Amino acid sequence: MIAFVIRRLLQSLIVMLTVGFVAFSMFNFLGDPINNMVGQDATEAEREHLRHVLGLDQPFYIQFLVYLGNALQGQFGMSYRLGMPVVRALAERLPATLELVFCAAGLALLVGVPLGVYTGLHRDRWLSKVFLTLSLIGISLPTFLIGILLILVFAVYLGWLPSFGRGDVVDLGWWTTGFLTVSGIKALILPAITLALFQLTLVMRLVRAEMMEVLRTDYIKFARARGLTNRAVHFGHALRNTLVPVITITGLQIGSLIAFAIVTETVFQWPGMGLLFLQAVQFVDVPVMSSYLVLIAFFFVAINLVVDLLYYFVDPRLRADRAVASGHG
Amino acid sequence: MAVASVPGAVRRFVDSDVFYSFRRSKVTMAAAAVTFVIVICSVLAPWIVPHNTYDVRSLNLLDAFTPPVWIEGGKPQYLLGTDDQGRDVFSTIMLGARVSLLVGFCATLFAMTIGVFLGLVSGYIGGTTDAVIMRVADVKLSFPAILIALLIDGVARGIIPRDMHDDLALYVVIFSIGISNWVAYARTVRGSTLVEKNKEYVQAARIIGLHPLTIMIRHVLPNVMGPVLVIGTLGLAGAILAEATLSFLGVGVPGTQPSLGTLIRVGNNFLFSGEWWMTIFPGVMLVILVLAVNLLGDWLRDALNPKLR
Repeated sequence: MIAFVIRRLLQSLIVMLTVGFVAFSMFNFLGDPINNMVGQDATEAEREHLRHVLGLDQPFYIQFLVYLGNALQGQFGMSYRLGMPVVRALAERLPATLELVFCAAGLALLVGVPLGVYTGLHRDRWLSKVFLTLSLIGISLPTFLIGILLILVFAVYLGWLPSFGRGDVVDLGWWTTGFLTVSGIKALILPAITLALFQLTLVMRLVRAEMMEVLRTDYIKFARARGLTNRAVHFGHALRNTLVPVITITGLQIGSLIAFAIVTETVFQWPGMGLLFLQAVQFVDVPVMSSYLVLIAFFFVAINLVVDLLYYFVDPRLRADRAVASGHG
Repeated sequence: MAVASVPGAVRRFVDSDVFYSFRRSKVTMAAAAVTFVIVICSVLAPWIVPHNTYDVRSLNLLDAFTPPVWIEGGKPQYLLGTDDQGRDVFSTIMLGARVSLLVGFCATLFAMTIGVFLGLVSGYIGGTTDAVIMRVADVKLSFPAILIALLIDGVARGIIPRDMHDDLALYVVIFSIGISNWVAYARTVRGSTLVEKNKEYVQAARIIGLHPLTIMIRHVLPNVMGPVLVIGTLGLAGAILAEATLSFLGVGVPGTQPSLGTLIRVGNNFLFSGEWWMTIFPGVMLVILVLAVNLLGDWLRDALNPKLR
């Protein structure tokens, strides 16, 4: 068990180092940072001085180590465009993105799992076919188009919900939340649905496939032979065994939700990290771009790690296999 | 001799299982017909569009914001209405679909080439080469394609001088979408190559002293292409969507040659003033195109799957 954890931690570390290296190289690729800082009429001596003060005359690997050291202390430099530390800019936007992402993930699970169970159990009913057709269309609809359609219907024609921004937020000191005001919740509805829809179809198709697979197994036949009610068989035995992969996939998808939030945030002008990143791409604001990359990578690695460890605890077979293997070895 | 064998090839195709399963599925035939019509229209678009919207001189600003024909105020020469500069929406959609298809097709071909080559090398040579390629693929796979495409676009913006950016933007988009999608091909091809390389024909080729590269391309490649075609078709739908998303975000193809995504982004600015047709019609076109290609991909997957025959 400990060996497993250590190996996974090492793998995560290597991935983070790789991403850190890519983020660091972006500075070197994208022009001379000195040129971005000094004016046109700076003398060569002044440039050299600044280069020395900033440590840019050091060898490449030393610079990389310094970068890593700063990153560990949470220093990612100043944004060219905003003129404030990147960490502060990201921290200001983080709550908006995370609230959106978790609402979307919750929505995808709450709607996707029941739909998947229904279509898996009643494959031939017309309602199942309707859901499946809708899910195919859902996969073919790009996220931004869903957002635009929702805005057109609910904001422009019906005027029920706001089409942009976050509404009124409550500042809790280290976190700003939109959950505590009516306008904040109303502003959250459309973006959350937009972001959730693709994941929802994914969860639904996954649950459906897993249910159909599980229902064919011997232990389900045996459960039926014992005379258990349909309800007990479907929910007590079948659904329970489909949930492990569903939890895994959902966990892993949270990372891509954060990335896809870029599109949703653009459509709804949601003041989150994705919008910040997109503006950084358009203005070639390298510190913001590279820090966002590192942050997303960190989320991905952390989520992967947690899911792997959870898997280990949730699925007893994994533990048994390893116990047997280590017993022989 | 090549000429004489063509009818034979056609008959073989008509008699094949794949064509049989194609004829049995009405949805697939409809999807194929739709895709065919869109592709033909896109290829011929510059010659058959009612109005050449790239030509600024032909635009009439007085015709701006004309609604579609069936709505009051519509004009018969503008079937689906006009945009903010008086461009015919129907024509911009046809020309836009052309750009979208071109980018999607080139990006898919690019991803396929890299992926298939790396997969072949990885599976055939094995060892450290295999380990390195597959670890890179793992790391790449843990990031969403759209994020990688955006980053590459951002880096390209920094490297390429501003005045050249519009000319090169199309290639940057193709490159960034292609590079963010090669992993699926590489993994599949690697898996099939591992199976194929132990078969007798490969051993025979090795014994007569053929170069490994020749064996990979001439002998292994044709036997691992089936799944690649399936991934490629579904990948085309994905690439068209990716291009539309990038263009919608304003970092895709330049505004001088608008794709469907660009049209949607521009139209989106006028959504609140009620000019919905500038957004909705390109959007519908995009969805129809992607849906049709997706359906074709689904069918191809089932048709080439020996388990389902």
